Amino acid sequence: MYRYDEFDHAFVSARVEQFKDQVERRLAGELTEDQFRPLRLMNGVYLQLHAYMLRVAIPYGTLSARQMRKLAHIARTYDRGYGHFTTRQNLQYNWPALKDMPKVLDELAEVEMHALQTSGNCIRNVTADHFAGAAADEVADPRPYAEILRQWSSMHPEFSYLPRKFKIAVTGAERDRAAIQVHDIGLHLKRNEAGEIGFAVYVGGGQGRTPMVAKKIRDFLPVEDLLTYTTAIMRVYNLNGRRDNKYKARIKILVHETGTEELTRQVETEWLALKNSDLKLPQTDVDAIDSYFRPPHLPLRPEGWSALAGARKADHAFAAWVDQNVTPHKNPDYGVVTISLKPIGGIPGDATDAQMDLVADIAEQFSQDEIRVSHEQNLILPHVAIADLRIVYDLLLTDGLATANAGLITDIIACPGLDYCALATARSIPVAQRISERFADPARQADIGELKLKISGCINACGHHHVGHIGILGVEKKGEELYQISLGGSGDEVCTIGDITGRGFSSEEIVDAIETIVDRYLEVRTDKEETFLAAYRRLGAAPFKDALYSEAANAA
Amino acid sequence: MSVKVLTANRLTDGEAVWLGANGDWLDQIDGALVARHAEAAAALEEAGKAAIKSNLVIDVNVIDVEERGEHLYPVRLRERIRQLGPTVRLDLGKQADKPAANAA
Repeated sequence: MYRYDEFDHAFVSARVEQFKDQVERRLAGELTEDQFRPLRLMNGVYLQLHAYMLRVAIPYGTLSARQMRKLAHIARTYDRGYGHFTTRQNLQYNWPALKDMPKVLDELAEVEMHALQTSGNCIRNVTADHFAGAAADEVADPRPYAEILRQWSSMHPEFSYLPRKFKIAVTGAERDRAAIQVHDIGLHLKRNEAGEIGFAVYVGGGQGRTPMVAKKIRDFLPVEDLLTYTTAIMRVYNLNGRRDNKYKARIKILVHETGTEELTRQVETEWLALKNSDLKLPQTDVDAIDSYFRPPHLPLRPEGWSALAGARKADHAFAAWVDQNVTPHKNPDYGVVTISLKPIGGIPGDATDAQMDLVADIAEQFSQDEIRVSHEQNLILPHVAIADLRIVYDLLLTDGLATANAGLITDIIACPGLDYCALATARSIPVAQRISERFADPARQADIGELKLKISGCINACGHHHVGHIGILGVEKKGEELYQISLGGSGDEVCTIGDITGRGFSSEEIVDAIETIVDRYLEVRTDKEETFLAAYRRLGAAPFKDALYSEAANAA
Repeated sequence: MSVKVLTANRLTDGEAVWLGANGDWLDQIDGALVARHAEAAAALEEAGKAAIKSNLVIDVNVIDVEERGEHLYPVRLRERIRQLGPTVRLDLGKQADKPAANAA
């Protein structure tokens, strides 16, 4: 994993000291809220419904056990004993007091963490495939490049006051687990015919009130040009992105209004001037960063396979967990374990301090001291020997962390919604909980198969509803919560924005409506191999709309 | 009939508070200063502006509430959730200290 150098330490410490002073001046009345608000936001401090919220950056979702223990300690000491893992691979604390913020940031800095650029119109925390460095299907580890982008974008003077926030995601496999096509810039790490590493570059994706799939503006960008080309994109956006209307200020609108061809021309023109500048990455620099992400030494553990076969046979629940939550590792004696933070009826993404400590202990002992946060609000143990799966499972079971539902209908993404969020217009979590309870039966979930259900409590779409196979958007209508359904969205390599089905459903109706859609899918699929998304793409919305609205009409 | 009260979040910890009849900021909505006509509502708006300057609170807003017996009941769900705490964590927020009716 990347370790801070002297520069990083000095930089973060200086920022903590600066913010400490700003908090003191605010509490003493020397700064007004209008003056202080942009300063606190630059340090990840929001105001929500019940309290302040602190959003901690977890660069490309990678954590060590020591860092996870610190997150647990902060939850226990300064918050209410839990934290919320988000769709941006970050962690949010829901209850910290303003006066404690400098102490919390001090504690974070002790383990090379911070809350910088988790808010504001800057380049936000760079996200990456949560299976990076471990997945069997990976071409190259995206994290060194995410780290290069992090270093380059941290406090970048030119890009600290962009027209709007800016999100970059990097994936290193054909299978896109980082949803790169719904980011402002998406980078797909790949090899060209000569076997060299480079990036396909996507620009202008995003969700929110105007969802758009990113456009590919370059099929292959050599690694050495990562920063020159990204800078060219940023310059075109910074200069031409709209500042007159907050809702039209993201780069997706600029791409849409300019046209992909013209925008690409502008970027390429800008790039010509930058291509051979100081930003051109020397291979030695890439190698230096890359060395922090070298694959861990994984001893051969072939004995695991026979042990696994026996353990599977003896315990169906364990077998189901292995089937659902363990994915292939580069090393055949190892697996990538998804720790579901979606217990049946639970709050998606929430973890208690004790759970965080437990995950840290397990990671230290059984996963090379590495933990990942997925944008699907789960935790990942990237390097677990097949031989250790049983003991890891047993340990996870002790604190409710062994739910075997990764990728199934109860593995729901949900934003905090109106239970916490000042921007929300409806609640998300209770809807997720009720759907999870409705589909709790493991056999039923397994029969339904892969189905990504995502819920947002407002149009800003933090719950990624636009790319849910089934998406739910909560709004407020005439003082009541109303839930709009969209179908057929997908955030993977075949990225699509879901289609809205029609009129929305009340809080009382929404779970039945979801069940109606799922039941219709089970009726119309060709066989069990045809997933919900595949069936929707084959049939379109008609059979689902028919089920939803004719049944509703019948009931009325 | 809906009437109005002034609400905000406390500067030091962000907790939801309401302006009381005696000018203090209260942790609970009951006891809040109620504006029953336009002039009183305008006075609340003025009090809100002054409150921001006083530096005790932030995010000051006038909200609609109903008087239900001795209790004040915010019209919007958002404000009912602020009044009580997250509906999914009844052990947290103001509802944890003082059990009350479910926000929803």
